Parts: sequence; structure tokens; C-alpha cells
Amino acid sequence: MKVLVSIKRVVDYQLQVRPTADGLAVDTAGLKMSMNPFDEIAVEEAVRMREAGIADEAVVVACGSAACQDVLRTALAMGIDRAVLIVAETPLQPLAVARLLKVLALREAPDLILMGKQAIDDDAAQTPQMLAAMLGWPQATFASKIEVTGMQANVAREVDAGIEIVQVSLPAVISADLRLNTPRFASLPNVMKARRAVIEQIPAEGTGVDLAPRLETLSVAEIPTRPQGVRLASVKVLAERLQQAWRALQ
Amino acid sequence: MSTLVIVEHDNQRLHPHTRALLGAASRLAGEVDVLVIGHSCSTVAEEAATLEGVTRVRWVDAVHYSDLLAENLAMVVAQMAAAYRHVLLPATAFGKNLAPRVAAMLDVAQVSDIVGIQDAEHFVRPIYAGSLLETVRSREPVGVMTVRCSAFMPVGQSANAAPIVPFSAGPDMGVVRLLQRVRIDATHPQLANARVVVAGGRGLGSAEAFHRLLDPLAACFGAAIAATRAAVDSNYVGNDCQVGQTGKIVAPDIYIAVGISGAAQHIAGIRGAKLVVAINKDPEAPLIRLADLALVGDLHEVVPQLTEMLQR
Ligand SMILES: Cc1cc2nc3c(=O)[nH]c(=O)nc-3n(C[C@H](O)[C@H](O)[C@H](O)COP(=O)(O)OP(=O)(O)OC[C@H]3O[C@@H](n4cnc5c(N)ncnc54)[C@H](O)[C@@H]3O)c2cc1C
Repeated sequence: MKVLVSIKRVVDYQLQVRPTADGLAVDTAGLKMSMNPFDEIAVEEAVRMREAGIADEAVVVACGSAACQDVLRTALAMGIDRAVLIVAETPLQPLAVARLLKVLALREAPDLILMGKQAIDDDAAQTPQMLAAMLGWPQATFASKIEVTGMQANVAREVDAGIEIVQVSLPAVISADLRLNTPRFASLPNVMKARRAVIEQIPAEGTGVDLAPRLETLSVAEIPTRPQGVRLASVKVLAERLQQAWRALQ
Repeated sequence: MSTLVIVEHDNQRLHPHTRALLGAASRLAGEVDVLVIGHSCSTVAEEAATLEGVTRVRWVDAVHYSDLLAENLAMVVAQMAAAYRHVLLPATAFGKNLAPRVAAMLDVAQVSDIVGIQDAEHFVRPIYAGSLLETVRSREPVGVMTVRCSAFMPVGQSANAAPIVPFSAGPDMGVVRLLQRVRIDATHPQLANARVVVAGGRGLGSAEAFHRLLDPLAACFGAAIAATRAAVDSNYVGNDCQVGQTGKIVAPDIYIAVGISGAAQHIAGIRGAKLVVAINKDPEAPLIRLADLALVGDLHEVVPQLTEMLQR
């Protein structure tokens, strides 16, 4: 079986972002960039499938600027076999990314596409489902457990009411939730090796895909701050304040 | 101009957030049609017909919709949606799973998690775990959007029931099958709509302490139980209790956070809470600084005392 994993380069999850001075965009200048945490989990899952002999090849792809090579190398260092960068210097929105991934999926013909369930920058959570629709494949989103047997996968999905276990026929798109696994840290020798790896580059323009953004960001603002709270001196005061608030609701 | 609202249900009843979803739809001009798609779900269609602002209920009923799987639903929704200006779904596991699939089939961009509607083209939505609000413009012919229901005013009842119009079912794709549904904790009130939420974090230290300390506190208010990712990962409670960027978004009147540090990813889920109470032994914990009412202390001492005082 062949697995394709798609990853995105985003502002590191530990950093706080701010709007630009003109309030028109997010100021990401100079911030540390990392692999989207959910995508890291997708990469880890693909590597585990490879190690367990379920997959015989795992390929990673990123769509974006040349800078994305760093996160692709991270994926290689974690144990992915081969990396592809679809190079686009303009920002891409989920619909365009899904289209680009479709082009690559048709070329690579994977049995399974693994992706993070959402990117922590735009929090859109769209690309896996869009890609599945474009390919006419089933989708198992928000996965916390994946069991592949033959040309089928049983996937535990984290839904609002708890867990839903679905069986999808392959090929399929599966999007990873946080509890699917805990990604490994790549060993130093593997990191060194990944630095020398060749990353195939495909210019997005050459794919014939419409890359134009469909949504226009008009402004970005910080959320209104809450008024300063109070520190209570005792449990008794807290109980009284809670009782007051509770009574006000009745 | 008209709007199609895809409602969430369990084939018997509408999801409680549906009134707020329709509240969002009412902010858009034109008629509002509701699509009820499922199996043996006539009672859901009838319930939807009585909600304020609904022009008509379109009802699709077939056995291959019983489990509400996106692959089958999207075929019908995409076919129907093309005739509407906007298509709204709730920003829940159900809506997030389905909406992008529909949008891709219509070849339009989707707008996720909207918290504000300015007009037919301008929407406000949180990004970066809710630390920023973005105003976007969508000029797509069909605006497919998921709605953060807690941000909108629920509609009321309508005096006259709207007509229910059956619509023929689409094909069964046969590519996915539901094997099992594991409902984790049905004893507490539904988290997404609870007026009071008692939430616990890693500070509780064990599943035993989590329930021993928080269940009686929650019972004082008939509150729902919530948790951080760390508490869910440690199996204190099920994943259905997780609140935050990856979990549920809640907007209760009172949110009582116990042993929770207040990571940005957790705060993302509670920004709509009216009164935030934090109990933490660390005076520097971000949630202690954010809370409206903060009590610095050891939860093992504070919570039993608090519960006892409230029970009196
Ligand atoms: C991509 C991504 C998505 C995420 N999504 C979510 C999400 O949706 N929801 C979420 O919650 N997290 C999420 N997280 C995790 C988040 O970053 C934090 O790790 C998590 O919220 C921490 O949980 P916690 O507050 O329970 O634990 P900790 O941060 O360990 O805090 C425990 C707190 O308990 C206090 N404490 C300990 N003992 C006591 C005591 N005896 N008395 C009083 N206080 C005590 C400590 O002072 C501390 O403040 C996400 C992370 C990533 C990377």
C-alpha cells in the first residue's frame, strides 16, 4: 500500500500572533515556523504504517513557498521515504490546495491520503474533505485510530457525542485528530540525512490548477480583551459570588 | 436571494443549536429553507417546520442517510445547494465534516466557523485558535459556511408550521459504513448548550479525583462537565468533554475551570463564556489572569469546601 501525507507550514503553535499595524493581515514576519501539529500526527501515522509493513511507501507533500522545504525535511527525518514540494509563491486557500493535491494524487495513485484535520493558522478544517470530494473518495475525518486491513480501513472518529467507528473502502482520505498518536522526535542522524535528501519540486503554475484566492481577507483584529477580573480572598467569597451569579440566571 | 440551512439531528430530534443556526440564517436576506436529510426522520422535519423564519422544509428520507455519512449526504446537498445564495451548516463535527465536501462539489470556497454576518458577502471568523478575528469577503455564487452557533441569537417558535416538501434521495455511494457509535457520558447535560460548565484539567491528577471533586460541584448547578486536552489524554473523561481549538466551543453563563493552566488552545473554546471562574494553585497561570473570578489555592482543599458551601 502507498500512503501520501500532506503537510502545511504554519506559525509555531506556541507563539502568539498579532495583526499587522494596518490591520489588514496577520503579522507573521520573523516568527518561528513549524509543521502544523495535526499534520505531524499524520506523518507519524504514515511512518508507523511503513514500519508495520502496512505501507510499502510513504510520500509527503507540501504546497507553498520554497521555505516549506524545512517541514518536508522534518517529515523525511521522521521516516517518510520521499518528499514533493508543489511550489507556489502566492498564498493558497484550501480549495486551491485540494486541487493541487488532486493532481499529485492522480499521478502518485496512493491507496491512502493522510492529512491533519485542520491547520492551526486559518483553523479552516476543509482541505481533506475537499480533496476527498474532488477524487470521489470516502473520507474519515478527525481520526483517533486507524486500522487498515486489505483495501479497507476502520477508523475511530472523534465526534461531538464521543467516538464513531466507520469503515471506509480504500482509496480514502483520512484526517488526523490529536489523539491518533504522539509524533516522534527525529534522531540527529536522520535529521542530517534528511538535509541532503532531494525534494522534487513541481511548479504549481504548471499544473493548470486555478490558484486564485476566492476569499479576500479585509481585516484582522485582536479579539476584545475581557475586563480585568478579581482575585478572591477566600472560598467563602467565591461561594457567595457563584450563588449570586447562579441566582441571576434563574 | 435565499438560504439553505442543513440541520443536524439524530433522526428523531433536531440538535438544540438549530435555533441559533436559524438565527444566523435570519441575518441574511431572503427566504430560509431547511434541509432535513436522514432516515425515518419525519418528526425532525415536523419540528423544523415550527421554527421561526423557516419558509419551507425540504425533506429527504432514505435508509442510506440513517447514519448521516457525508459521502451520501453531500450528493444531495450539493445538488440542492446550487439553487441557493447561501448554505449554512453548524460548525460541529457533523457540519465540519460535510460542508467542505459540498463546497468542493460546487467548486466554491467554504467559510468556516463564522461568528458574525455583516451582509451577504462579509463574514467574521476566528483564526489562530480564536486569538484573532478575521473579516472575509466571499463573492462565491453559493456561500457555503459553517456557523459557530453560540455566537447567534436563537429564533423562537413560528405561529404557522412551514410546508414540508419531500425531495427525492440521491445514490448510495457504498464507500463507507458506520460500524459503531460510542457515546461516552450521557449522564451530564449537553456540554454545547449548558448554562453552567465545570471543567477540569491535568491539575486534578487522576480520573478518580476528577469525578470525586467535580461531579458534586457540577451537580450544584446541574452543570455539564468539560475538560482540557491533557485531562482527556489522561483518560479522566471522554473526548466528548474536550473544550478548545480542537474540541467543543462553549459559551455558558458560568464556566468554572479547576486545575487548568489556560493554554491558548483551551481558551479558544471558552471565549464566549460570560463569567469565567478559575481555581488554580499557580497565581501566574494564564487562566487565573484571564478569569473574572480567580481563586488561588489547592483544588483538593478548595473544591470540597466550595461544594459544601454551595450545597447549603
Ligand atoms: C494543535 C493543538 C491543539 C490543542 N487543542 C486543545 C484543545 O482543544 N483543548 C485543550 O484543552 N487543549 C488543547 N491543546 C493542549 C494545550 O496546549 C494544553 O497543553 C492543555 O490545554 C493543558 O491542559 P491543562 O491545563 O489541563 O494542563 P496543564 O497545562 O498541565 O495545567 C494544569 C494546571 O493545574 C494546576 N494545578 C496542579 N495541581 C493543582 C492543585 N493541586 N490545585 C490547583 N491547581 C493545580 C497547575 O498550576 C496548572 O496550571 C492543544 C494543543 C495543540 C498543540
